[in-house]
Amino acid sequence: MSPFWSLVQRDLRLAWSGGLWLPLAFFLLVAVLYPFGVGPDAKLLARTGGGVLWVAALLAALLPVDRLIQPDAEQGVLDQLAVRGISDETVASAKLVAHWLSFAPPLMLAAIPAAALVRIDGETLWRLEAGLALGTPALAALGLLVASLTAGLPRAGALAGLLMLPLAVPVLIFGAGSLSAGSGAAIKLLAASSLFIAALTPFAVGAAIRAMRR
Amino acid sequence: MFLLYVSQMTGAGQLVLRNCALDRGGRRLFSGLSLTLDAGEAALVTGPNGAGKSSLTRMIAGLLPVAEGQMSVKGRLALSNESLALDASETLGDALAYWAGLDGHGFEAVNAALEMLAIPHLAPVPVRMLSTGQRKRASLARVLASGAEIWLLDEPANGLDKASIPLLEAAMATHRAAGGIVVAVSHQPLALPGAQAVRIGA
Repeated sequence: MSPFWSLVQRDLRLAWSGGLWLPLAFFLLVAVLYPFGVGPDAKLLARTGGGVLWVAALLAALLPVDRLIQPDAEQGVLDQLAVRGISDETVASAKLVAHWLSFAPPLMLAAIPAAALVRIDGETLWRLEAGLALGTPALAALGLLVASLTAGLPRAGALAGLLMLPLAVPVLIFGAGSLSAGSGAAIKLLAASSLFIAALTPFAVGAAIRAMRR
Repeated sequence: MFLLYVSQMTGAGQLVLRNCALDRGGRRLFSGLSLTLDAGEAALVTGPNGAGKSSLTRMIAGLLPVAEGQMSVKGRLALSNESLALDASETLGDALAYWAGLDGHGFEAVNAALEMLAIPHLAPVPVRMLSTGQRKRASLARVLASGAEIWLLDEPANGLDKASIPLLEAAMATHRAAGGIVVAVSHQPLALPGAQAVRIGA
């Protein structure tokens, strides 16, 4: 097996054993609590629910940030990979793929009951799922990016949140914007920004890993 | 068993440092370091704390940039230092097999390495349960199982008991006999017959 896929496999294995359910539980909890907050007005829920689920997805993406890079940097795993001649960018790409796989498909599954809880209709649900499919690579990439920038810092979790949330604004705007009917432009822009962020991240993360060694 | 692993080395390695210098945090740790190691040779690095011994192994491993001079490394590298780099929740056998897999070897290489260091019984034990000395041996086992030509060992005898040090020395001797290269940093006396003595710092 190539080093890339064996890295992806290892990260998936670690994610599986290390609290994969946490972001999901958080996402579903938001969907459960939101109707309590705004009351049982089905129209209001349906109109705002999609946007709330997008915000919940964004915050759920923040939860696993502290285990993405920090443990591997601390234990010398990243160094051992570099000694074997595996580039930091390859490691970063593998981590991005593994993080997306461990977080996006379960989130998209959880979006189905969540959509029922906030009373959004079937058509909007499909647009939400399409938007999540396109937007979660960007959320995963941003999570990985701030994880690499904050690895080793004290109170990295809080700092990661402060760093990531502003960066996620375009994804959130286009994601929530793609929920209404006839929003072809928003979903294209969502795809474009997501592709841009996901394509750039491995290089930024690779540079951050190298800078950490100095 | 152990001969199995030795045969996995693909070719003769070589390590050449010419007038190398290393900076850390804006400070020059050492300069003018020259060293040539051909197949079967070894170097024993000594020096006071903070002189840059561990940084030297990291520099040779390519993890730190050479500030001045030239370095040429022929052959694959294996590094053992204070970072264990084994997943705490996995068994030692599985954790080592992951790295052996990346190096293109299977469980046989791991078993041979564990055999050589007299810890085959630890293979099913989770990494987080290992003691200090056992962790050191686990880290050495990863190097043994790698089949790399050049071994970089940072304080390989730290935490090892009296009975284990001869095992480490035997492993290094076997590696050199098969044409491998060893660079060891050690505060403790370590039998490396014919090793070049490299002194760093005052």
